[in-house]
Amino acid sequence: MDAGDIGWWGVPIAIVGGAIRVSTPFLFVSLGETITERSGRINLGLEGTLVFGAMTAYAVTVVTLSPWLGVLAAMAAGTLFGLFHGWICKFPRVNDIAIGIALMLLGTGLAFFFGKPFIQPSAPDLPAISLGWWSDIPQVRAALQINVLFLIGAALALFLWWAFRTTRIGLVLRVVGDSSDAARAMGLNPDTVRLLATAAGGALAAIGGAYLTLYYPGSWNEGVSSGQGLMAVALVIFARWNPLGCFAAALLFGGAGALGPALQSVGVTQGYYLFYAAPYVLTLVVMILTSSPGRALAGAPGELTVAK
Amino acid sequence: MSAIGPSATGKAIAVETIGMTMRFGTFTALDDVSMKVSAGSFHALLGENGAGKSTLVKCMMGFNHPTEGALLVNNREVTVADPNDAAEHGLGMVYQHFTLVPSLTGAENLVISRRNVPRVIDWARERKALAAFMTTMPFDLPLDVPVRDLAAGEKQKLEIVKQLYLDRRFLVLDEPTSVLTPTEAHEVLGLVRQMTLAGDLTVLMISHKFHEVTAFADAFTVLRKGRFTGSGKVGEHDARSMAAMMIGDQPVATLASRTPLVADAPTVLAVRGLEASDRTGLKTIAIDHVEVHAGEIVGIAGISGNGQKEFTEVLGGQRARRAGDIRVKGKPYGATRRETQELAVRFIPEEPLRNACAPRMTVAENIAFRTFDLDAGGRRISWISVAAMKARAAELVAQFKVKAASLASPLQSLSGGNVQRAVLARELSGEVDLLIVANPCFGLDFSAVAEIRARLMTARNGGTAVLLISEDLDELLELSDRILVMSDGRIVHETPIATASVQTIGEYMAGHH
Ligand SMILES: Nc1ncnc2c1ncn2[C@@H]1O[C@H](COP(=O)(O)OP(=O)(O)OP(=O)(O)O)[C@@H](O)[C@H]1O
Ligand SMILES: [Mg+2]
Repeated sequence: MDAGDIGWWGVPIAIVGGAIRVSTPFLFVSLGETITERSGRINLGLEGTLVFGAMTAYAVTVVTLSPWLGVLAAMAAGTLFGLFHGWICKFPRVNDIAIGIALMLLGTGLAFFFGKPFIQPSAPDLPAISLGWWSDIPQVRAALQINVLFLIGAALALFLWWAFRTTRIGLVLRVVGDSSDAARAMGLNPDTVRLLATAAGGALAAIGGAYLTLYYPGSWNEGVSSGQGLMAVALVIFARWNPLGCFAAALLFGGAGALGPALQSVGVTQGYYLFYAAPYVLTLVVMILTSSPGRALAGAPGELTVAK
Repeated sequence: MSAIGPSATGKAIAVETIGMTMRFGTFTALDDVSMKVSAGSFHALLGENGAGKSTLVKCMMGFNHPTEGALLVNNREVTVADPNDAAEHGLGMVYQHFTLVPSLTGAENLVISRRNVPRVIDWARERKALAAFMTTMPFDLPLDVPVRDLAAGEKQKLEIVKQLYLDRRFLVLDEPTSVLTPTEAHEVLGLVRQMTLAGDLTVLMISHKFHEVTAFADAFTVLRKGRFTGSGKVGEHDARSMAAMMIGDQPVATLASRTPLVADAPTVLAVRGLEASDRTGLKTIAIDHVEVHAGEIVGIAGISGNGQKEFTEVLGGQRARRAGDIRVKGKPYGATRRETQELAVRFIPEEPLRNACAPRMTVAENIAFRTFDLDAGGRRISWISVAAMKARAAELVAQFKVKAASLASPLQSLSGGNVQRAVLARELSGEVDLLIVANPCFGLDFSAVAEIRARLMTARNGGTAVLLISEDLDELLELSDRILVMSDGRIVHETPIATASVQTIGEYMAGHH
């Protein structure tokens, strides 16, 4: 058998490769959203932040030729979006979900507006590390071409998991997210904590966007996001607000997303497009299976508007 | 800094308020109140529901900002802008509602509430320090499970333990025992009492229970309608003179005498083979057979957490049942709005603010929940008359003595006892054939308790079937015609009141049979 022709083995390898490649934006957005939701607020605007971050990262990289500067610029933009969301939500009778939807549209709109001149030029990519050197099967090598951001994201998930239970900031975040009254009794200001948590969430979501334009697919256009920012919010619930869960869920999502293209690549010509819907079907199935009418959503921060 | 060790070296502090006044809009909740709590004393703060007790202590803790008045700690004036400032001066409080964070473990709750938490917490060390600290406490607490999984009594103990852990020298307890069993209450207050005797702690306790005040406190202050009406040493006053300071010379309701049971009165509520799962989905309650007849009060006794809450919720339509049959006057009953109206069923769950009210809607609206879509004759109407709703609410508020700033204030701004009264006003008015009521007197002052019990008895004498679920055995013995005991999700004992013995009931409650 020729090394390049590995038949059906191509499917699992492509899924693993896809999982790693596609999962990074999901991972960053869902980690960001986990931080925000753990503080008791939902930011549905992360889709807008992601698209705006994608545009910013690409534009800055085109100009400066440094993808890392692009990522930093995206983080700065994401932070601003987060601060804006957190600031508006501070006012009484403002609903975080409604503001999120408005910001989602604003972010995408602004990105399209400012991004027009950057659709043509090309920018350098973020670096990747080849972990497939031990194999001489090209598919394996391609699958194990791992972007640095993925590794950073994985480390970040681990770090957040640790930080939520062993650092002061982590515990404060959980206190505020679970009970504003308790937080106030401790002398914490819930609004400030939520403002900062939303800002951090925005910065991380923007990194997810930077990955899209600077690595995979690797260019800026108006269709760069296919709703990763929104799916990641669902993913957080799926992951039960646990950063490690987010990592697993992001991989699962990425893998499911790679199913369609993988089948197509091994020569399945009919029906493969149905598998493009796999991630969405998967979310629905998992949500239905894990929900129960008689029980509260396990692990949901008590101050979330959806959990109340 | 490391965890605060078990050695309580600080001394109890004296606290005094001078001319405290607190207005909410045009309503004066506190009017020029001066109170003196001397160092190392166990001081009781008494008053009717809505007298302003919680408001006063919240002003001392920096939770409310008094319109006027000063606070002295050890005879020096201090300013408390927020609870942090209060903590700085060694003032701590256990609130009427819990302020522990439900999803955090006990240990996490304790550590994070400390003033100087290190950036990174060394859990191995903290755990050791906590274990050492807990050996100085007279009871044990599971510190490694999320607080939401603790029973009410354990939560209350943890609240108090937390204040002691934080090394507070002046402790306010706002109705600390309303969720505790008598034994637990005794244990907790006993501990606190010991610490005051040793001169380590000063305590200010808000309570409606005279027996607690006489057993544990050494001095008291009374408020009525926001004003100071008296104070003194506990040994020099009896419950009656304290009561007089609380309510003035109003009469206290007396229980109507029990009319004899009507032989073969019709069965109003019949429950058979009922099964449901509890909140966690892990335990099951199974009620084989319960019947309540017209004109009788059936009491259900039990220690909290033995399935009474779930049973009440099923009867109120708030929890799905897995199996079984509930009938009211022979008709299947699923607690829909139509059924409750047709069969004249009323329901008062425990913690009504959370379980039977819309906290942010107004008092008038909350009172109208049962009747807003009906006219005087009980027919459905298509246009709601706000004027009629208000008039009816005004009438009921007067009749049940609900104290509210106005009918248009949100229900949640009422004091604990007045929320209870508002709900009673809603549920006890009109024609009622079946009344399901759980712990109706939680957090009520003595005159309100007397009044509510009198109303339940009157309803019974008038032919209403009453199912009374209560953790207060005295209440059950006073009101019930029959007592059932619930333990571990099952009815384990039944006795008519004539042969009921506290001893036997207590044994069944504790699961010793
Ligand atoms: N935030 C607020 N806004 C408006 N009115 C308030 C507010 N807080 C308290 N009140 C009113 O102040 C009065 C005193 O309330 P408070 O809670 O101090 O009573 P309490 O003595 O603690 O009663 P209870 O024994 O029922 O707990 C009540 O009439 C209440 O409605
Ligand atoms: Mg109170």
